[in-house]
Amino acid sequence: MATSIPRTGQGGGMAFGGDAHAHHDDRTFLRKYIFSTDHKIIGIQFLLMSLLFLLLGGVLAMLMRWQLGFPGQPLPAGGGMLPETMAARGVILPEFYTSLVTMHGTFMVFFAIMPLLVGVFGNYLIPLKIGAPDMAFPRLNMASFWLAVPAGFLMLSGFFVEGGHAAAGWTSYAPLSANSEYSGVDMGQKIWCVSLIVLGLSSILGAVNYITTIIQLRAPGMHWFRLPLSIWSLFVTACLVLLAMPVLSGAIIMLLFDQTIGTHFFLPPKGGQPLLWQHLFWFFGHPEVYILILPAMGMASDIIANGSRKPIFGYTSMVLAIIAIGFLGWGVWGHHMFMSGMNPTLGTTFMISTLLISVPSAIKVFNWLGTMWEGNITFHVPMLHAIAFVSMFVIGGLSGVFMAAAPVDIYIHDTYFIVAHLHYVLFGGSLFAIFAAVTYWYPKMFGKLMSERWGKVHFWLTFVFYNCVFFPMHQLGLQGHMRRIYDPNQYEYLRHLQPLNTFISISAFCLFTAQIIFAVNFISSWFRGAPAGNNPWLDNGLEWTLPSPPPHGNFATVPTVYRGPYEYSSPLVEEDYLPQDRQLPPSPGAPRAPARPQPPLMPAPHPSSPTH
Amino acid sequence: MKRAILCILVLSAACSKGGGGTDKSAAGSDSGGAAATAAPAASTGPTGDGVITGTVHFAGTAPANPTIDMSEEAACKAKYTSNPVDSQYVVNNGGLGYTFVYVKSGLPAGATYAPPATPAVIDQRGCEYHPRVFGMQVGQKLEIKNDDPLLHNIKAVPHVNRGFNISQPTAGMTTTRTFDKQEVMVPFQCNVHGWMQAHAGVVSHPFYAVSSPDGKYTIKGLPPGTYTIEAWHEKLGPQTTTVTVGKGESKTADFNYSPKA
Amino acid sequence: MRDFLSWLLPPGASTFTGEIDWLYNTILVITGIAFVLVEAALVVFLVRYRRRPGRRATYTHGSTRAEVIWTTVTALVVVWIGLASAGGWHRIKARDAAPAGAYPLLITAKQFEWHITYPGKDGKIGTPDDFTVRSQLHVVVNRPVAAVLESEDVIHSFFVAPWRIKQDAVPGMRIPVWFQPTKVGTFELGCAELCGLGHYRMRAVVTVHTQEDYDRWVATRAGAVTASR
Repeated sequence: MATSIPRTGQGGGMAFGGDAHAHHDDRTFLRKYIFSTDHKIIGIQFLLMSLLFLLLGGVLAMLMRWQLGFPGQPLPAGGGMLPETMAARGVILPEFYTSLVTMHGTFMVFFAIMPLLVGVFGNYLIPLKIGAPDMAFPRLNMASFWLAVPAGFLMLSGFFVEGGHAAAGWTSYAPLSANSEYSGVDMGQKIWCVSLIVLGLSSILGAVNYITTIIQLRAPGMHWFRLPLSIWSLFVTACLVLLAMPVLSGAIIMLLFDQTIGTHFFLPPKGGQPLLWQHLFWFFGHPEVYILILPAMGMASDIIANGSRKPIFGYTSMVLAIIAIGFLGWGVWGHHMFMSGMNPTLGTTFMISTLLISVPSAIKVFNWLGTMWEGNITFHVPMLHAIAFVSMFVIGGLSGVFMAAAPVDIYIHDTYFIVAHLHYVLFGGSLFAIFAAVTYWYPKMFGKLMSERWGKVHFWLTFVFYNCVFFPMHQLGLQGHMRRIYDPNQYEYLRHLQPLNTFISISAFCLFTAQIIFAVNFISSWFRGAPAGNNPWLDNGLEWTLPSPPPHGNFATVPTVYRGPYEYSSPLVEEDYLPQDRQLPPSPGAPRAPARPQPPLMPAPHPSSPTH
Repeated sequence: MKRAILCILVLSAACSKGGGGTDKSAAGSDSGGAAATAAPAASTGPTGDGVITGTVHFAGTAPANPTIDMSEEAACKAKYTSNPVDSQYVVNNGGLGYTFVYVKSGLPAGATYAPPATPAVIDQRGCEYHPRVFGMQVGQKLEIKNDDPLLHNIKAVPHVNRGFNISQPTAGMTTTRTFDKQEVMVPFQCNVHGWMQAHAGVVSHPFYAVSSPDGKYTIKGLPPGTYTIEAWHEKLGPQTTTVTVGKGESKTADFNYSPKA
Repeated sequence: MRDFLSWLLPPGASTFTGEIDWLYNTILVITGIAFVLVEAALVVFLVRYRRRPGRRATYTHGSTRAEVIWTTVTALVVVWIGLASAGGWHRIKARDAAPAGAYPLLITAKQFEWHITYPGKDGKIGTPDDFTVRSQLHVVVNRPVAAVLESEDVIHSFFVAPWRIKQDAVPGMRIPVWFQPTKVGTFELGCAELCGLGHYRMRAVVTVHTQEDYDRWVATRAGAVTASR
């Protein structure tokens, strides 16, 4: 099944598991670390870029939370330095607030979560996990990163232009976004469009690469049903990106034409149709939601199996669930538009399809529980984050049922209930999985271990404050608190909610502060972390057979794959893991393969124990 | 890392400060007719001691001004003892107030006049603009003030100049903007209170006035010459007349409006 | 516990309250049970199957029977929720859902005001005795209202929380929306769709009158010339 291709690894006869520094490499610094075609370097580049934008998105959220927690009060600590177009004597202005709302969403979705999941781990993991030397199109891959960077900085530049940054929400609903007369924002809105067109191109190049690589470059024996779930989910995600991003780009080009050359696709005075934008945007936007969660699900599956020391429960149904989500994800976009004025009969259809898509998600949750059942659960930092991912995704998934039921959505649509829901999916879900994945593969990326102790401190602070921030937002929404409003106290019926808003804001500041621990741990471990060894988590994946960090070209000899990635606690071997590429004696009666030397970090699994 | 972001924010702040206050649009076509200058250059244009005075007459009975329903803006309604009206027509003793009168042409070509140091002021008080019609010079600062404890947005919708749309959510706020081209008139509106309308006559010289409630106006400091004078009223539109002013002379130029058919 | 920490919807004031609140409460119970079961199982597993010396995980790849059971149960539950929702959705939102003889109103949204046009004495919109009032919605208790939503500029959203009604107003479209208030009193109408920098201030007061009160109010309004745009 897998295609065998000539290997171009430059590790030149290096022994399996040898020292990374021993291999020679005559590329210049620039080719090696800046304009690199090595998927691992590109993955790390994406990681650094998107963590920076994650931080920026967080800062924007803090500014919003200040206004909501302490409406009309001047910003503390340097807020007075903001220009009069953003804040008056330190008090955030409504137009700046709408820009904050818009750009928080835009940066988090397009420049933080999406590149973190797809750009970072798609790049880093796919070739390593399938036993390939690199991506199928390394130069395309480099282009993908070097398009994302200017797109990000272009997006950032919008804050500095006259009229302020885009202020029509991350969904950029026309006509507000299409005509500067309505928003007061001219240049910022155009910058938003151009930046996302460039980013779309970057994503498409990445997606083409992932799909081709997974189809073509799997090592011998790496059948489709021996792929790790992380790779399966990245594969389906890449298909979604490839099909969805062009829709967004097309819609944005139409929007840009409306803004600049006088077309009126979305401007009703001359016959345009605002709902067309919503249909196009959400036709992209709902697959995008799954782009933002599927890789998280896949990587969490890998980590949960590892942490539970147990094969993943229902591997096949997990794969089928991923594929089902990939298909059903195209038929549910209308549930974002129940209140839009779209024909209500259509609403019924979308309600049914939306409720159905919760089934594969539920299957995945049950399978994660099944994986932990009768496991031997190790609470390493990535596992903690993965467990948090499951428990928070459950909340996000269940709260989604409320808005899928269209009559209930009439009430909670565009309220904080939605804000709570989407943050339970994107922060509680995606971001916890990202923390899990970063801490899990950090040793492979940098060859160093992150501090376990500080990792746990960061986890617990994040987990507690995260819930303090987002759980009460359900209550805000149930009281009828609209989204995206600058000052809820304008409404008498929302005034009694101010203490809750203040509580949320203070929790949000604590949540933000807790992330400093992660940043410090990330940076200091890079320089001062303990050496990771090849396989600190005792994982079965092919990447863990390589030195940390793996050399350019990855595998010195093409690995052969004998089994799936989740053979933990297999009765065939003494230790509780069985790497995908280890050849076992063919007959079941043969003596067990000798145990390999145990790297540190994990407590020894007591192979001599008589209990099994 | 946090500090880096702070730096970026501060940097962004500095940048937008540079671009936010003044609109720097490229010089384009000018519908006002007179020469338009972007930079507040030094005065080269001639001045003198000629004076034009006059009265804007209004014949007949002025249409009734519509009342404004401010019931949903208690803070504004409280500032009125009777029902507030939208003062489109201010007529006293046959004179029409709130008419903008300015020298449309006749000044030497290329004459420039430095804008005054004192800003023009528009105040939002009781959910009305004060004044509702005013003149200002190209490059002169316009101070926009909010005396109401509620949100007003100020949307300038010029055709020649660069427009803006800003908000003032609380009382006591002041924002400054300028216009860099001649434009008669620049409309201002508040979208929170649809009835709020103001108009600014932006001209490139200091020879303009707004008629008093009984229709009187005075333009001073003119050099000798023959001038086209235009009057503009928000409901009744423009009228022009020609006046020749000699050195030290004081001339009269009246305008005659009648109710719209 | 403060009322804002409640999981119940705030008191309603229209005929939609019963239907929507019932559905909401039902889903709350279902998801609440699912939530407790799943999270409890998670915690139990984490404690019970934590790593201890001498333990080894059970080597299993899953159970088809378990998969079939939880897939079927989940599918049945969500399909049931869908069926339970469809009727209410139709009764509230269908284009022809408004009862015959409902009182007509024209609601025009613009940045950042609600202009409500009342039919005047003849009970018809589009006749000379119509009158328009800024940001004041007056209706009669227990009398169904069939409003048409329009927008002059951008998308707004008509939201009266106690009535459980929300509908976007889209420029270029005339969208019908109906409701029947059941409680006399004063409420607030808000805009629920980001419509620009004054979005947060785009509110109106809703007054639900008795019929006599309403007639009196209409009488004070008819013929008044007011300034709007």
